[in-house]
Amino acid sequence: MANSVLSVKGLSVQFQTENETVKAVDNISFDIFEAETFGLVGESGSGKSVSALAVLRLLPHSAKMNGEYLYFKDQDLLTLTEMGMCEIRGRRIAMIFQDPMVALNPVKSIGFQIAEVIKLHFTVSSFEIQDRVVELLRQVEIPSPESRMNDFPHQFSGGQLQRIMIAVALAGEPDLLIADEPTTALDVTIQAQILILLKAIQARIGMSLWLISHDLALVSTVVDRVAVMQRGHIVEVAPTKQLFKDPKHTYTQTLLAALPSFNSCKTKAVLTRNNLLELVNVRISYPIRKGIFNRVVSHMQAVDGVSFSIQEGQTLALVGESGCGKTTLAKGLLNLIAEVEGQVLWAGKKINGLQGESLRLMRSKIQIIFQDPFLSMNPRMLVGQIIDEGMRSLHSQLSFADRQSKVAELLQQVGLPAECAMRYPHEFSGGQRQRICIARALAVQPKLIICDEPTSALDVSVQEKIIELLKSLQRQYGISYLFITHDLAVVAEIADELAVMYKGKIVESGPVYQVLNYPQQPYTQRLLNAVPKINFD
Amino acid sequence: MIILWTDALIYLLLISSISLGFLLRNNESLKRPFNKIAANKSAMVSMVILLFFLAVGLLDSIHFREEGQQSSDIISVLDYCVKPLWQQNEKTYSAPFSAYLYSKEYITLTAEHQVWTFPRLQFGGSHLANPELEKTSDVFMRLMIGLSKGFSLCLVGLGIYWLFRGKSLGYKLHQYRPGFIGTTIIILMMGGAGLMELSTHYHVLGTDKVGEDVFYQTIKSVRTGLVIGTLTTFIMLPLAIIFGLLAGFYRGWVDDLIQYLYTTLNSIPSVLLIAASILMVQVYMANHAESFTNLESRADLRLLFLCLILGVTSWTGLCRMLRAETLKLREMGYIQAATVLGVKPFGIIAQHILPNVMHIILISVVLDFSALVLAEAVLSYINIGVDPSTYSWGNMINGARLEMAREPVVWWPLIAAFIFMFVLVLTANLFADAVRDAFDPRRSQNGQ
Repeated sequence: MANSVLSVKGLSVQFQTENETVKAVDNISFDIFEAETFGLVGESGSGKSVSALAVLRLLPHSAKMNGEYLYFKDQDLLTLTEMGMCEIRGRRIAMIFQDPMVALNPVKSIGFQIAEVIKLHFTVSSFEIQDRVVELLRQVEIPSPESRMNDFPHQFSGGQLQRIMIAVALAGEPDLLIADEPTTALDVTIQAQILILLKAIQARIGMSLWLISHDLALVSTVVDRVAVMQRGHIVEVAPTKQLFKDPKHTYTQTLLAALPSFNSCKTKAVLTRNNLLELVNVRISYPIRKGIFNRVVSHMQAVDGVSFSIQEGQTLALVGESGCGKTTLAKGLLNLIAEVEGQVLWAGKKINGLQGESLRLMRSKIQIIFQDPFLSMNPRMLVGQIIDEGMRSLHSQLSFADRQSKVAELLQQVGLPAECAMRYPHEFSGGQRQRICIARALAVQPKLIICDEPTSALDVSVQEKIIELLKSLQRQYGISYLFITHDLAVVAEIADELAVMYKGKIVESGPVYQVLNYPQQPYTQRLLNAVPKINFD
Repeated sequence: MIILWTDALIYLLLISSISLGFLLRNNESLKRPFNKIAANKSAMVSMVILLFFLAVGLLDSIHFREEGQQSSDIISVLDYCVKPLWQQNEKTYSAPFSAYLYSKEYITLTAEHQVWTFPRLQFGGSHLANPELEKTSDVFMRLMIGLSKGFSLCLVGLGIYWLFRGKSLGYKLHQYRPGFIGTTIIILMMGGAGLMELSTHYHVLGTDKVGEDVFYQTIKSVRTGLVIGTLTTFIMLPLAIIFGLLAGFYRGWVDDLIQYLYTTLNSIPSVLLIAASILMVQVYMANHAESFTNLESRADLRLLFLCLILGVTSWTGLCRMLRAETLKLREMGYIQAATVLGVKPFGIIAQHILPNVMHIILISVVLDFSALVLAEAVLSYINIGVDPSTYSWGNMINGARLEMAREPVVWWPLIAAFIFMFVLVLTANLFADAVRDAFDPRRSQNGQ
């Protein structure tokens, strides 16, 4: 094998908090070779980002690192001075972060930000810098780089910004590029493009690439070797193909088993039952106001003539990229947005535009679970109060004692001990919080729950458990779900029917088996192709 | 007994906060934060000191007319307790613990013999034949007597505590860091008793220009400081909270109206408004002289109006902050979830938004509290603050302007006002910090 670029032996990182020491990374060893793509996979909190930051010696002050050695080429980064590290960072080892929206300075043009790196590491004239910036932007496939280099970050899309971040990282001509979840914040279709770009650039200039991700399937498409990390330990390192064919460690096996695949989707024909919710030509638009009098000059059509129906006890999945109007539609259905044109029919009766008491009556029928379980609960209320809130307002005939026992019952139903009622939301993990949110929605006995990306903020193994919970609740109570997601793999697990949304319109809909396996529309096909698949050959 | 306007408001505040505490005594969700405060050392120590200030302020808020005196002055219970302090006036400045005046005078020894020297004080150290030799030991002796008096008082208190130790009350008290509270109380009691004992024969913080005891002025100022701090805050808070939350939550024309209101109010210099209203009150009192027969009620009405107008002019900053925070919060998932759960708008504001802006309110109230005490000093400077006859730290600091320019410098009124203000503001800050941390469940559970 070729020479190793990075060689880590016995690296440990500890975080010192007030009353305990947390071992984030525990005695890990690995090598990254020249011109190799190395993948580090693990759930959130397993220590993957911390180990990348440790290599760059960018850990926060509360962290302590030690190890046997940490060789980059022939320099030991453990003993190098801080001045020496400055020579390494950006020039020899570069890093790309998860969210390109916050990694770029919003008040400086992107050309300036790329040039900054070049100026820092090379002594070249300003003309050469100019040429170099244009060349880098061309390398990351930004169209017309000469004119766009003077634009500001807000003028680019998320995918383009990540390309620019790659250009910034490449500006120092590094030997090793660390990409920490480079595609997590992006849409599925763009994810694939970014990975292909990274791979192509790597092949062209022959650097090493260290890809960190929680998504095993995604990583498998590009990397040569994979290391699987669990609770600070590297449990398995193997060439990609070998790992997928023959996982040695039990944790790797559970990870692989947890990977959702299209094969699991429901194939049986959907029984025609009563329509619970029916949408006829629903349109939602945001007014665009301009001028000193705030006149409405035009409308932005967020949802443009959507029609579909959800049957009792069934799940309809609504799939689309971010910004396609999924969440706006959900808010419109819940009357959180007042101006909904068209007809939203609940058991045949129009419910959009309801007000006052009749709206409150409808509230107990439709509930919602949000994407981010960290923002969807009041941090200053006890879990018991959070679950109780809906019953207090919508089922006011219940006594206090009745509601208390109902809270305990609900908590047990979603798989949490009843004592949790006296604790605060921040004491729970993401998955547990999402369970509490489900309990809150269940408390008012709804017929339909709108799930707005309920699993996208969670780890794969937790995702699966939440989906299982939702499914068992559906069997038990006959609840319908409107399942909004961008993740087609999850759709296959839970949905009966599938509707694909693109730019405010439904482009394709039908039984999930049919749409996933025989997509008719080009957009659906594109979406399906972009989903990373594991090749077992 | 005579009830002045500010007295009435103080009683009202006290009664309402006690009854609020009584109503909420069994609230489960409040127990945890309160236990957390109780476990915090600095908070409990601060609380005891604040309660001490409060006790002084309250004693000073019970006024009555003293019978059998030729003066028809209204005095408070505090005045009654510390009679020697305000009856033993000197001629002019004297330094702390001094037995002599701070300025030289001709003293007639015999008919033809006069000396230009520092005369003895009328009261301070007058019992000493030879102050130079006896003063130190006398001060030490009296301090010891005072300390032991205070200590024996504490022992009586401790004995009562000991008696109830096994009972439920004693058990309840036992949770709240009795060691730290007890030590603070003992120190405060001993210090207080020592000072009282000394101040019967000395001016422990000196005297001011007209010979009044500075220690007396400082403790009298506690009430003024507390009144300006609390009354103003309680006038300001409802305005800021109601307007801020409504503007942020409802947006649209409500927001426009409220923004217009506070922008307009903000663009008028507040000093102008305060001056105008104080002058208005003065004119009113001049025209209705028959209802204001004594100095106290005039000074009191002026103090009340000062609080009122300070409150009306100072709510805009907090209101703007609360509006911005509410705008942010109303887009949060839990607000939308509450809407979907059918919670009415006022329920959402009261249960979800208010608790989540409470830290901002607490912090700005504590900061405003100190700023208001200082504002009072600034306003006294241009003669639109409290009545010159009202004792206040502001008036003392204002007076220090000339005293600091004097040669030799008269430093004690400023230092006295500074120390008392500093202790009050510092303890209020520490206590508010602990309250804020305790009510933020994201903070670590042990609350140290």
